[in-house]
Amino acid sequence: MVALTPISRKPVGFYVPTAAAAGAFAGLFVGTSQGSGLLGIIIGAVIAGVLAFVLTQLIKNEPIARWGTVIGFAIVGLLLGGIPALVLGAIFGWFFGWFSFWLYEGRYRAKVAPYLTPGQVLWHFTFRVICGAILIFLITPILVVMPLSFNAENFFTFTPKMLSFDPDGYSLKHYRDFFTSSAWQGAVWNSVKIAPAATLLSVSFGTLAAIGLSQQHVPFRRAIMAILISPMIVPLIISAAGMYFFYSRVGLQGTYLGVVLAHAALGIPFVIITVTATLVGFDRSLTRAAANMGANPVTTFFRVQMPLILPGVISGGLFAFITSFDEVVVVLFVGSAGQKTLPWQMFIGLREQISPTILAVATILVGISICLLTVVELLRRRSERLRGMSPG
Amino acid sequence: MSDTVDATNTPGEKSGPVLAADGTPLKRSLRRALRRQKMSALLLIAPLLIFILITFIAPIADMLFRSVENEIVQDTLPRTTAILETWDSESGSIPDAPVFKALYQDIFIAQERKLHTRLGSRLNYELTGASSLFRKSGRGVGDIGEVYQDQFEDMNAFWKKGENWNDILGSDAWLAEIKSWKKSSGQAQPPFELRADIAEILPETAAFYKIFADFTQNEKNSNLYKKDPWELIYSSFYDDLTGANAARIDTYTGPGAAELSEAKTAAASFETVDYKVAFGDIDKDWVKMPIWDTIRAYSPRFTNGYFLNAVDMQKSEDGPELRPENQRIYYTLFMRTLFMSSVITISCILLGYPVGWILANLPARTANLLMILVLLPFWTSLLVRTSAWKVMLQQQGVVNDTLVWLGIVADDSRLALINNQTGTIIAMTHILLPFMILPLYSVMQTIPPSYLRAAKSLGATNWTAFWRVYFPQSVPGIGAGSILVFILSIGYYITPEIVGGTTGTFISNRIAYHISSSLNWGLAAALGAILLAVVLGLYYAYDKIVGIDNVKLGG
Repeated sequence: MVALTPISRKPVGFYVPTAAAAGAFAGLFVGTSQGSGLLGIIIGAVIAGVLAFVLTQLIKNEPIARWGTVIGFAIVGLLLGGIPALVLGAIFGWFFGWFSFWLYEGRYRAKVAPYLTPGQVLWHFTFRVICGAILIFLITPILVVMPLSFNAENFFTFTPKMLSFDPDGYSLKHYRDFFTSSAWQGAVWNSVKIAPAATLLSVSFGTLAAIGLSQQHVPFRRAIMAILISPMIVPLIISAAGMYFFYSRVGLQGTYLGVVLAHAALGIPFVIITVTATLVGFDRSLTRAAANMGANPVTTFFRVQMPLILPGVISGGLFAFITSFDEVVVVLFVGSAGQKTLPWQMFIGLREQISPTILAVATILVGISICLLTVVELLRRRSERLRGMSPG
Repeated sequence: MSDTVDATNTPGEKSGPVLAADGTPLKRSLRRALRRQKMSALLLIAPLLIFILITFIAPIADMLFRSVENEIVQDTLPRTTAILETWDSESGSIPDAPVFKALYQDIFIAQERKLHTRLGSRLNYELTGASSLFRKSGRGVGDIGEVYQDQFEDMNAFWKKGENWNDILGSDAWLAEIKSWKKSSGQAQPPFELRADIAEILPETAAFYKIFADFTQNEKNSNLYKKDPWELIYSSFYDDLTGANAARIDTYTGPGAAELSEAKTAAASFETVDYKVAFGDIDKDWVKMPIWDTIRAYSPRFTNGYFLNAVDMQKSEDGPELRPENQRIYYTLFMRTLFMSSVITISCILLGYPVGWILANLPARTANLLMILVLLPFWTSLLVRTSAWKVMLQQQGVVNDTLVWLGIVADDSRLALINNQTGTIIAMTHILLPFMILPLYSVMQTIPPSYLRAAKSLGATNWTAFWRVYFPQSVPGIGAGSILVFILSIGYYITPEIVGGTTGTFISNRIAYHISSSLNWGLAAALGAILLAVVLGLYYAYDKIVGIDNVKLGG
């Protein structure tokens, strides 16, 4: 689909100024951080321009030129500002080495349509840079939290020691806090007790109902669907308020059972949605064939239908689990101190005295979500394979 | 069998109804099968439906009920509100003595049950100062009754003893039971019974004594026979002795008949209490109009008061009116919630559109890799992301440190990025962005790239091709994503609470405040009901545009 455009080397008058402009841009930041923005722009432009010319016209051998730039910039960085600048220098060196040859050889043209004007090519790459920036915005908070959780100090920013990769700047003490504090461990234990029970409830009720909903003739299907999905639609604070009022009337407020019921209700829409989605592609003739061969409905369900919809059921269960495991608003109102879950403890920590232990907990939770994401993705592919669709 | 075969083979022939294999008409047989199918589907759904109705729908209904429920005024002040119904509030004069007498009786019973402070805090939502007024009055009503109590007791020590009161007012059968009853026996206390005819001889005394007996036996769990009566009993006793029914007292022949007629004679010369003056002495506010207007306005069992409050209005003599300018907080808060949700939605569109585009137009392998960057935040705990932003946006946080290092801001003028609207908007845009990207991506995937190329080959510029050809086709994705993000953000609680400070909070934070701190549950329920109505309206729109069946999770 992507058109292959023949590429050719570009004239010096084009790529040296372009590289110089990029250098000026980088120089602006380095310059302002060192005191003078204007000087930074000029020096950056000169260095990048000269470098582009030297690499492409004098050295010419691409691997040597690029490695040489990386090492050279790294050494200069080390001499100027120690270890952090070494890393920064190596990155700059790699970038400008690559950038010079990318421009010089005209490689930037290789993957875009041949009829584009230079302005359109420029826009094409600008657009990609913007998208990259947005994706970085999406991922940065998670990336920042992880290294900060190894901070040896009780600060929420990178200390000079951390930036110079000094082992003294890093420690596991926040993790130690987490594993030895009784408040955190109690919260983990509560979460571990509540989430599976809620998941079990929502998965068993939800799967049954999803099978019922996917029958051919269901009276009031839309109304029933609307009611079953409603816990996902209604803002959590309203659910929490309603449950708090109602559960205190019937004596469930502040009990383990109350929290489990509330979380099960919140998880049910996810189970319904994933399982009905799996059942859409389910071939009804399979159950008829099983019945034809003498299997009763229960056997048919467990031996024929269940194995086929199992991926959907499991991923619905994972959604329900994570809903309960992450939920804080409802448990804040429906639960009492005895049901303090992990998110609740984090919420208290964030609202009152924020301690870096939260970052350690956050990192652990990110690890858990990565595992869950992987499992769900694998299940989705398996389910599509089972139903004869191509994974994609 | 052969009938059926014949019938199906020759459809034009009308030889009676078509029969199924077992001989029943096919139509009925099919209908029965369909009904059975429907039933089995319903049976499968039923457990979950009941579960959701009990654990989720009932609480929501309860909340809606609470937003209009107002039984506390009538339950706590039943006599006062009954008489107040005939009071003409527009006359400009405070109610007459009978209302004050009823008020005395109501507050006396309420303060014994410790309910008057609750009523006070309820009315305090409507009229500042009501809470302390009721607390003061609860302490003061005892003194009013004591005037009569002291006079009766000074006249004859007989009236001091609870036993004597019980002998007069209780039935003989009950007296026999209670005298042999011991608390230590573990058996339930025999419930109090009035002596026959005593309710006609001493009507008010009997009525209040019944309340006193019920309270002592069931709420206090103490032995009624030994218990000395409330001051309220003495004042109502005085009323009976001097009232219209007093002549009948002489017909009484039971225990204490002599003391009763002695009291009747003496009571004529007793010092009396003017209830209106007495309440005026407790607090001047009782002889002013506002409290009476408020009690009257809130005496019905259901009220729109909470809703009026939630939209910055209040009750007045000529119907609902806007509160004074400086007390209108909810309008500002609703507007702020809508404004910030819109800003968040728009920023999500601006940031999500390019990403959706690039995901839809890159080769599948690269797109799947980049999709991880979108899905990872989506799967990460909300609190993790919120804490990340709290850490990053601090004055000494990573963002400010980087800006200072780059020389964009000076060290002594670090940006205030947290505990204000900026903080909430940044953090919530990040948190809700995946909800915009995913629907956009799934819509953009279905737009054939050849359309754009066709437009360009027909001479359209890049911009025209995008704006006239591509963008209109992606509008459903923008609509779906926007409504989703807007619905989610309008009811957000956690993130504004943590990074919003005081200026960046939403209506949901106010709801939570009313539930857990100010305990004005009715107002919380009314605010919640309004929010719910907005969300359901948006949800209806979402269902019309996208269809709830098309909700997809995790790409």
